Amino acid sequence: MNMNSTDPVQVASAALRRKHAWHWLEYGFWLAAAASVFLLPSQHALLTQIAIWSLFAMSLDLLLGYAGIVSLGHAAYFGFGAYVAALFAINFTGEPVTGLLVAGTAAGLLGLVTSLLVLRGTDLTRLMVTLGIALVMYEIANQMSWLTGGADGLTGMPINAVLGFFPIYFIPKNSYAYVLVVCFVLFFIAKRIVHSPFGYSLRAIKGNPLRASSIGIPANLRLVAVYTIAAAYAGVAGALLAQTTPVVSLTYIDFQRSADVLLMLIIGGTGYLYGGVVGSTLFLVAQKFIGNITPQYWEFWIGFALVVIALFARDRGVFSIVERVVGALRRSKAAP
Amino acid sequence: MIALETIGLEKRFGGIVPTNDVNLRVREGARHALIGPNGAGKTTLINLLTGVLKPSRGQVKLGGADITSLKPHQRVARGISRTFQINQLFGDLSPLESIALVIGEREKLGTEIWRAFGTDEKIVAEAVALAKQFGLADVLNESTSSLPYGKQRQLEIALAIAGKPRVLLLDEPAAGVPETERHEILETVAALPKDVTVLLIEHDMDIVFGFADRISVLVEGKLFVEGEPKEIENDPRVRAVYLGERSDD
Repeated sequence: MNMNSTDPVQVASAALRRKHAWHWLEYGFWLAAAASVFLLPSQHALLTQIAIWSLFAMSLDLLLGYAGIVSLGHAAYFGFGAYVAALFAINFTGEPVTGLLVAGTAAGLLGLVTSLLVLRGTDLTRLMVTLGIALVMYEIANQMSWLTGGADGLTGMPINAVLGFFPIYFIPKNSYAYVLVVCFVLFFIAKRIVHSPFGYSLRAIKGNPLRASSIGIPANLRLVAVYTIAAAYAGVAGALLAQTTPVVSLTYIDFQRSADVLLMLIIGGTGYLYGGVVGSTLFLVAQKFIGNITPQYWEFWIGFALVVIALFARDRGVFSIVERVVGALRRSKAAP
Repeated sequence: MIALETIGLEKRFGGIVPTNDVNLRVREGARHALIGPNGAGKTTLINLLTGVLKPSRGQVKLGGADITSLKPHQRVARGISRTFQINQLFGDLSPLESIALVIGEREKLGTEIWRAFGTDEKIVAEAVALAKQFGLADVLNESTSSLPYGKQRQLEIALAIAGKPRVLLLDEPAAGVPETERHEILETVAALPKDVTVLLIEHDMDIVFGFADRISVLVEGKLFVEGEPKEIENDPRVRAVYLGERSDD
């Protein structure tokens, strides 16, 4: 035994660090995701959808899971990012990474401005305000049809090679790889953020706003910051969809999308960043397969799953159900 | 030197005046107790001091500077900190994380977005030392919500002290603590750093007379009387107010 292992400060420090370390499941997940680029060629279209929804849901997780802000209008930023990316590509350059940066910045700015409205009031107020913002954005996109194409959608967006050397236009494999890399980079950043002192202060605000302000945390400033970040993330997700789908339409920004992303996140569980991946995978795979068998009953099963999860597993989504079952099995094994 | 002062402080809720022309002066380094029967306006006064409520009239001064218009978190930065009568903790953080969080915020590092939490050795060392001082060394990494009540109560005070306040408002520190763990809390309170000015809001007269060097009595929103513990103990008006109150305990 060396000295360090018994020094309480070293022990405490190690305990804090352990929480930031990557779990082997995470390595496994990202390796599998990378492998899917080569091993599942027939599913690239679905996988691209899953990746984009995961990123979108992760951005909502930053709000809901870490800062405790409920939103029924997160598609406002997703759709805004998509339109900005498309218009930027049409008018300036079709280089996708530039488009992502511009779309993310624009959506972040929209988030910054609208966050001032969202901060006010309780959960119910926030639900209504976020919903209202998204409805306003939808109508703006609808009315400004000279710019957005309105109900017909926006087409003719050029998609150049990524950074000038990696073509993605109508190449599903490359397009999926591109989306995946962007998701990984943004996931990595999000992980750093939620494990930073800033991230912990968000958890404190979510856990006990009264105490958070009594230990000197300027809650409103922190919430503005995370709302801006989450909006930028949503904008990038929207831009990715615009770049991998030939048309940007009003469905990018409609209520259904805000509701679906919330649904996916809750199914997958909040507050650990992977809820979006789990939820969107289950949601989209189920939609595809159940939809193939009984298209008319698809909504029934999603509704059923939502009720079960809301009643039994609010925080960690399907994971708490798995944890409970595993825990029960272990206990029954351990019992003599 | 006066650490904390209110000048003509008043709060009205419609026709009710829970704080009525209160002129309170707390000396630096004092162990000042604020007592009063139920409904005397103690909680309202704390909320006015910490900035949770805005006064209808009057001023709050900290170390001579007017802080009346400052928000709660800004007042914390100026050096006023509080504990709560009912624990207000971060249930899903550990005591170590909670204390380190407070220290980090005190040092203005709460906006760091890229460094991993808990990798600042100085903060961790201070958090561990503080946890030890408050009898939390053996539960550093437990989940706060699973701690026994007495430990939670210790953490409640530790979080306030971690901010290195100049003035500490202790709101009934022993409230709800079982008899067996009570002496630990009282020892903690007695061992608070001498340079911290303490304003103790308390119902329990044994605690007040064992701790305070100065006592203010609040009755119906007004400062009724103030003095040394001996004077207060022997003041017939206080006895009248309090004996009536205490008989129904």
